[in-house]
Amino acid sequence: MIPLLRRRPTAGQPRRLTLSILRCNPADPASVPHLQDYELDEADGMTLFIALNDIRAHQDGSLQFDFVCRAGICGSCAMLINGRPGLACRTLTRDLGDHITLAPLPYFELIGDLSVNTGKWMRGTSERLQTWIHSTTPVDLDALEARMEPAEAEAIYELDRCIECGCCIAGCGTAQMREGFVGAVGLNKIARFRLDPRDQRSDADFYELIGDDDGVFGCMSLLGCHDLCPKQLPLQTQIAFLRRKMAALGLR
Amino acid sequence: MTPLNPSPERHDLLAASTAETTPLAVASVASRAKPGKSRWPARLDLLQSLSGLLLALFLMAHMAFVSSILISHDAFYTVARFFEGAYFLGKPYPILVSGVVAGVLALFVGHAWLALRKFPAGFRQYRAFVAHKNRLRHGDTSMWWLQVWTGFALFFMATIHLYQMLMNPSLIGPYESADRVWTGNLWPLYLLLLFAAELHASIGLYRLALKWGWFDASDPNRSRRRLRWVKHGLSAFFITLGLVTLGAYIDLGRAHAEHAGERYVPASQSAPAASGRH
Ligand code: HEM
Ligand code: SF4
Ligand code: SF4
Ligand code: FES
Repeated sequence: MIPLLRRRPTAGQPRRLTLSILRCNPADPASVPHLQDYELDEADGMTLFIALNDIRAHQDGSLQFDFVCRAGICGSCAMLINGRPGLACRTLTRDLGDHITLAPLPYFELIGDLSVNTGKWMRGTSERLQTWIHSTTPVDLDALEARMEPAEAEAIYELDRCIECGCCIAGCGTAQMREGFVGAVGLNKIARFRLDPRDQRSDADFYELIGDDDGVFGCMSLLGCHDLCPKQLPLQTQIAFLRRKMAALGLR
Repeated sequence: MTPLNPSPERHDLLAASTAETTPLAVASVASRAKPGKSRWPARLDLLQSLSGLLLALFLMAHMAFVSSILISHDAFYTVARFFEGAYFLGKPYPILVSGVVAGVLALFVGHAWLALRKFPAGFRQYRAFVAHKNRLRHGDTSMWWLQVWTGFALFFMATIHLYQMLMNPSLIGPYESADRVWTGNLWPLYLLLLFAAELHASIGLYRLALKWGWFDASDPNRSRRRLRWVKHGLSAFFITLGLVTLGAYIDLGRAHAEHAGERYVPASQSAPAASGRH
């Protein structure tokens, strides 16, 4: 889990860290993107989330960034850390050098500085991919829920762990080139609902949603998503599985 | 085609779900009034993979045949005549080689056409990908870039080679090929072609396995590490074998340069005086 307690703190002087943060405020027409340096002393077990809050509290109240849970659950603190997508609240400064560069996730709408509107894109993707249970069976609120095999529930839960942080999109070369691409987060959601016995959609229905080059066939297996997902979702195997199922429809 | 028969009650549900309010809470099986999505993206994806796989398998077999020169001149001579059908048709028919080359060429053009869809389209996409790749410093992403460039280079280099084989199918043999390599000045092309083709094919096979989920172990990262080793191994093996083989043709071509153009006659058929062998 969190490698918080793994390395022993070094005795003596704390390190002096420099955080170069890409700043830009789209709401202000005069604002131009630029890197701004902040210095601070490293503390034991410091995460980037702690460092950023320290800077905002003591050095620059105008710095914009997002966080909610500070525990890798809400998915709002994703940013480019030395160029690679990751969660600020799950990244320890001691795993990084003295000089740390932070930038907002590319691809998503910029709100300001490190804050991007992943929520808007995720919502749009959910609607486009219809990521909810589709069933014609009337719901009886008084009846007990249908039972599900524990193994089945486990498998669904494994994929349901996605926190919609957007790291997979920011890590995907295809998404950088082709804006309509649904990305690993979208494909993973389809895989999740495809597993769900309550969802009555068939593969032909799913093909309508992801059976083109903006969907599963657009993925070029670069696997940035798989390697950068902070929740370690099995994205490579899920995308390969969906690709096989969707390609099989092409043979009919 | 897909069953596209939305039942009336489903229609109502769908209408309800699309009527301005958020559809998130509405339970309705997806139904479509418009005709279903084309199946061609699925087929093209399959064809891209199939063409790449066949080309890669051909490349391996091709290397095995060509490197028979390392066994002996006669071994390569035998392989060359074999593909002209000399051993089942009584005499060699080079047109058969042209036929095989035409097949490979068709596969090659088809594959290039399909893979071109994945190239960055225009400068904006090109720049976006390069910036992304440099930022990310991620092995598989960089490897794809190498695949794009080697594929692009193959476009030109392999085409020259294929055209020559198509038009001069009878000029394949120990002296004939060695003269082409050395006296015909083709060795620089073959050297570059070797690296481009082997790198492109081994990366392609690696990505093929990941793309379709072949050889999955219980832990995807372990199977990926294994596949990466296999990929490196294939590259190293075929590039080494290719270099040694090309070296053999260069040696032979230099030794034979004064008699360039002379056909090879295998030991069993040659009268001692007529032999041009050194
Ligand atoms: C010696 C001939 C060739 C061999 C053995 C070969 C082999 C392969 C293989 C096995 C793949 C993986 C297929 C897949 O991802 O579905 C591939 C992909 C690719 N090939 Fe080739 N190929 C050859 C020639 C070419 C040429 C001439 C081009 C130039 C246009 C090209 C461009 C590409 C590209 C861009 C990809 C990546 C496609 C993607 O990411 O989906 N290849 N190749
Ligand atoms: S799949 Fe992983 S990287 Fe992508 S949004 Fe979900 S948790 Fe984040
Ligand atoms: S495998 Fe690559 S192309 Fe496919 S979704 Fe992941 S990062 Fe994007
Ligand atoms: S603050 Fe919630 S995931 Fe980082």
